Amino acid sequence: MTAATLSPLPEDKQPLVARLIDGLEAPTLLWLSGYLAGVAGQRQPSGKPSAAEPAAVPEAQPRLTVLYGSQTGNAKRLAEDLGRRASAAGLAVRVVRADAYAAREWKQERLLYLVISTQGDAEPPDDSRALVEFLSSARAPKLESLRYAVLGLGDSSYPNFCAIGRQLDERLAALGAQRLLPAGEADVDLETVAHPWLEQALQQAREQLKTSAPLAKVTTLRTARIAPVWHREQPFQAPLLLNQRITGRDSDRDVRHLEFSLDGSGLHYAPGDALGVWPTQSPALVDAVLNTLKLDGDTTVRVGSEEHALRTWLSKHRELTQLTRPFFAAHAERSGDAPLRELLAPAARDTLADLFSRWQVLDLLRRHPAEWTAETLVAALRPLAPRLYSIASAQSVVGDEVHLTVSHVDYALDGEARWGAASRFLAQHAEGENVPVFIEANERFHLPADDRDILMIGAGTGVAPYRAFVQERAERGAGGRNWLVFGNPHFHSDFLYQVEWQAALKSGQLHRIDLAFSRDQAEKRYVQHRLIEQGRRVYEWLDGGAHLYVCGDANRMAKDVHKALVAIVAEHGARSAEDAEAWLSQLIQRGRYARDVY
Amino acid sequence: MSGAALSEFERIKANSRFLRGTLVESLADPVTGAISEDDNKLLKFHGSYQQDDRDLREERRKQKLEPAYQFMVRARLAGGVLSPAQWLSFDHIARTWANHTLRITTRQTFQLHGILKRDLKPSIAAMNHVLVSTIAACGDVNRNVVASANPVETPAHRLGYRWAERLSDHLKPKTRAYHEIWLDEKLVAGGEEESEPLYGPTYLPRKFKIGVAVPPTNDIDVFAQDLGLIAIIEHGELLGFNVAVGGGMGASHGDPSTYPRLGSVIGFVEPEQLLRTAEGVIEVQRDHGDRQERKHARLKYTIDRMGVSAFKATLEKRIGFALQPSRAYHFDHNGDRYGWTEGNDGRWHLTLQIESGRLADSPEAPHLSGLRAIAEEHQGDFRLTCNQNLIIANVPAAQRERIDALVAEYKLDGYRRLSGIRRHAVACVALPTCGLAMAESERYLPQLLPKLEALLERHGLRDEPILLRLSGCPNGCSRPYLGEIALVGRAIGRYDLRLGADFTGRRLNRVVRENIDEGEILAELDKLFARYAAERNEHERFGDFLVRSGVLPTVRHAIDAEVFA
Repeated sequence: MTAATLSPLPEDKQPLVARLIDGLEAPTLLWLSGYLAGVAGQRQPSGKPSAAEPAAVPEAQPRLTVLYGSQTGNAKRLAEDLGRRASAAGLAVRVVRADAYAAREWKQERLLYLVISTQGDAEPPDDSRALVEFLSSARAPKLESLRYAVLGLGDSSYPNFCAIGRQLDERLAALGAQRLLPAGEADVDLETVAHPWLEQALQQAREQLKTSAPLAKVTTLRTARIAPVWHREQPFQAPLLLNQRITGRDSDRDVRHLEFSLDGSGLHYAPGDALGVWPTQSPALVDAVLNTLKLDGDTTVRVGSEEHALRTWLSKHRELTQLTRPFFAAHAERSGDAPLRELLAPAARDTLADLFSRWQVLDLLRRHPAEWTAETLVAALRPLAPRLYSIASAQSVVGDEVHLTVSHVDYALDGEARWGAASRFLAQHAEGENVPVFIEANERFHLPADDRDILMIGAGTGVAPYRAFVQERAERGAGGRNWLVFGNPHFHSDFLYQVEWQAALKSGQLHRIDLAFSRDQAEKRYVQHRLIEQGRRVYEWLDGGAHLYVCGDANRMAKDVHKALVAIVAEHGARSAEDAEAWLSQLIQRGRYARDVY
Repeated sequence: MSGAALSEFERIKANSRFLRGTLVESLADPVTGAISEDDNKLLKFHGSYQQDDRDLREERRKQKLEPAYQFMVRARLAGGVLSPAQWLSFDHIARTWANHTLRITTRQTFQLHGILKRDLKPSIAAMNHVLVSTIAACGDVNRNVVASANPVETPAHRLGYRWAERLSDHLKPKTRAYHEIWLDEKLVAGGEEESEPLYGPTYLPRKFKIGVAVPPTNDIDVFAQDLGLIAIIEHGELLGFNVAVGGGMGASHGDPSTYPRLGSVIGFVEPEQLLRTAEGVIEVQRDHGDRQERKHARLKYTIDRMGVSAFKATLEKRIGFALQPSRAYHFDHNGDRYGWTEGNDGRWHLTLQIESGRLADSPEAPHLSGLRAIAEEHQGDFRLTCNQNLIIANVPAAQRERIDALVAEYKLDGYRRLSGIRRHAVACVALPTCGLAMAESERYLPQLLPKLEALLERHGLRDEPILLRLSGCPNGCSRPYLGEIALVGRAIGRYDLRLGADFTGRRLNRVVRENIDEGEILAELDKLFARYAAERNEHERFGDFLVRSGVLPTVRHAIDAEVFA
């Protein structure tokens, strides 16, 4: 391989690269790739994310556009994968992020695949808000010459699973476009649905573009990073260096500060990125499921080309702590339990959502007995997916370490312990043990240029990336001001990283902090209340170019904060509520209002 | 004294604008449960100390949380008297903002622990609402004035308490800072000049304690006070007070320039001369006390530096009259008399034993709830004693039965059965809240007592009254230097064993063994109990026995000015 094949490289730089890499071993090269990716991340001007192609003038040649809307990076990864394979198959293809796709392009588009996730119950990813808004509006053009297919991503533990994908799929059809494939609905175990769908989509694209003239050249994809050696499917076994509870003993939350070693992995991350963790289910839970169903854990079960003992399937490959709608439906069917089936009706949506928030697989199996065989069970349960945690450290400061802030989900249901699979898995790890991890980049949640102010809003473990931000900006000597708005139940026991924030304030690394401890007074006070109180200042910062970040709970906090921001912009910017909303939408689209919510 | 720099504390006081400092800002700072270091020093004058739960220090350091900061609030209750309504208010504050306990101090007042910064103001305001202030309960100023708790044996006894109250009011700081900070008093328009006619802008060099004893009871340990007043009563009439100056308990381990000292009786004053005399003593201390080294700032060091007669001459010159020769008096004991006593007016008083003065609720001892129930029905008042006990006072004869029933119901009737040593045990708070503690005290007492009781039982001494005083450090809140047996903390699980004080507060004890653990303490005491049981004279107290028998050499600092009646 020579540098010449790195096509975006100016010619005069190519010999330099050749000299640089001459004689280096593979691990060093991999490290270098990560290093350069990090440099790229830092140089990226705000609002122009690296993975997005600038909207191109439509080419004469028929071409496939793979459009994606991604919050956590999964949709992006699949879109890029599709793009790579199409390109490898000799097809003209471009991969475009939703917020880099100009509305006027729709009319010229002939072949388009849309890969888009749904956040929470029915929210689009932040980069797709404008796209969804435009397509849903009356301004959307007729799309009779468009052929398309949609791959939706979602989480079936929400009753309104893949709502955005479904909504756009229907809308495109309504605008006259021709659907090439039924919309795919991929759950958090992406591959199960996504891979066959992508295969079919690729096949379809070949056929659609077959009639066109042979391609003169292959459109080169510009991907953000060269894939590192450790990734989602091949995680790094990171030794756990520290597992420390950081809520006080009287707190009802068990929040852990975890430190892992990445020594020797070559993994690189930027502040704002996430760490993926592959959990293993607790043996006690696996036993409880086996006992409840009277199944033998040693039974061998084969799914596709994979074969494991049932116990292994359940502990390493299947979801047990989250109920999903498909499994619920399958179980309702098997149990013949009428009340269960009634819960699947649209009218029972809220009841079902509430039940999903409390019940786990085991609760369903116990309360509504049904017969399962090892094979049918493994087939019906959702494959286990890795959990993503916002990284709480800056690599520039902690070197070969990566830190997380994890809330150990642990509660009792009718006197029995229930927990979150990954948080328990992590919380129960002893220092020195290894945990399979990988880095999941989150470009939309990166730091802006050093001279920009940042306003960081986070509740609970949502404070994690801000620890990384402040570390990084202090290390770099960034000139912009840092303002943290943090909320949690109690000052005394839940002020995460209290002494670090105190030190940062004292040394001038943190310029302002506002705190909302919801349960310390009769009236509950949350971060949005602090924002409203500081409304004028919030607006002045935003109007002065500050970047705004929101991290934490998606269901309530992020929505309430958004409402508060609309009110602030309306009041202090003298705008109508609609204009304030539009003003904020612009901030989102320019990457100045970023969310990392879950 | 010239040449040496003033202590940092003096600078803080001088710059405090009469105790304001930046307390308002410190209280409002949302990032920490603490207040600034300087404000910490000023807060004491307002009746509160910043503390932290020392049990949690290391745990919270690892949790990246600051120490579990919390505040102790101490009331100013002259003579330790409070009404049932005031009791209920303390109970409410304890259960709402503090750690669900009330602590009777060795200075006859309540202190509450575990109050968070944000609850400090409501707690103090709630006390003031029932006319209890906290001002000058701590700090370099005259603190709570104590008085013999014996309520009303004669009308003259009542006067002892009245004088304590008058002294307390008269010597209160005049700054309005307290009212501004805690009670939202509006600042005087135009910022009227303030002054402290008695104290001046830097107040006293160190704390100052006054106590009024009514013989024959020395329950306040009058010789442990900076200014001790011994009421002289003849034929039921209060003639005046003997004046003892320079008492004080505090010392530092390994520093012989610090020491406990008993007050020197320097004369007698008539009641109408009392306020001026007290002012005079305070003024001499204000002007002559050491403001460079706080360890040497108490009045006792000022007097030893000046000499007692020079001090007396300076005082007399300042107050403009000579003290009369001291009058004869006699003390029987310095403990409390448990059970019912009848006053001269036909009302009854019930003294209860409260271990370490801690009123809490546990299934075995629902004392806090019990006293709440009593306060809801009681028509008289309550009196706290300097031995951390409690008197339900001024009970009409007809109510006695009802009070007894409640006392039994809530298991407050331990005084009927307790061993002699348990009835005479005093312990300071120490860990986990006290910042000075080097060893356990209040929490250790319940573990230590059964072991001592077992030894005493073996030697047939179970009911023998013996003064036991436990202290977590050498500063002396539990007046350990006046215990027949005292343990003064040196490190976790290690104490100095001190022996040989008398039973009336007139003789200091002395160190017998330094820095020993429980096993050694028990072995030592076992030996001495055996000798005491075998060799004592009739009615001879343990401390006196140790001195007479030569187990201990003659003790310095005994009161020699006493004239026996």
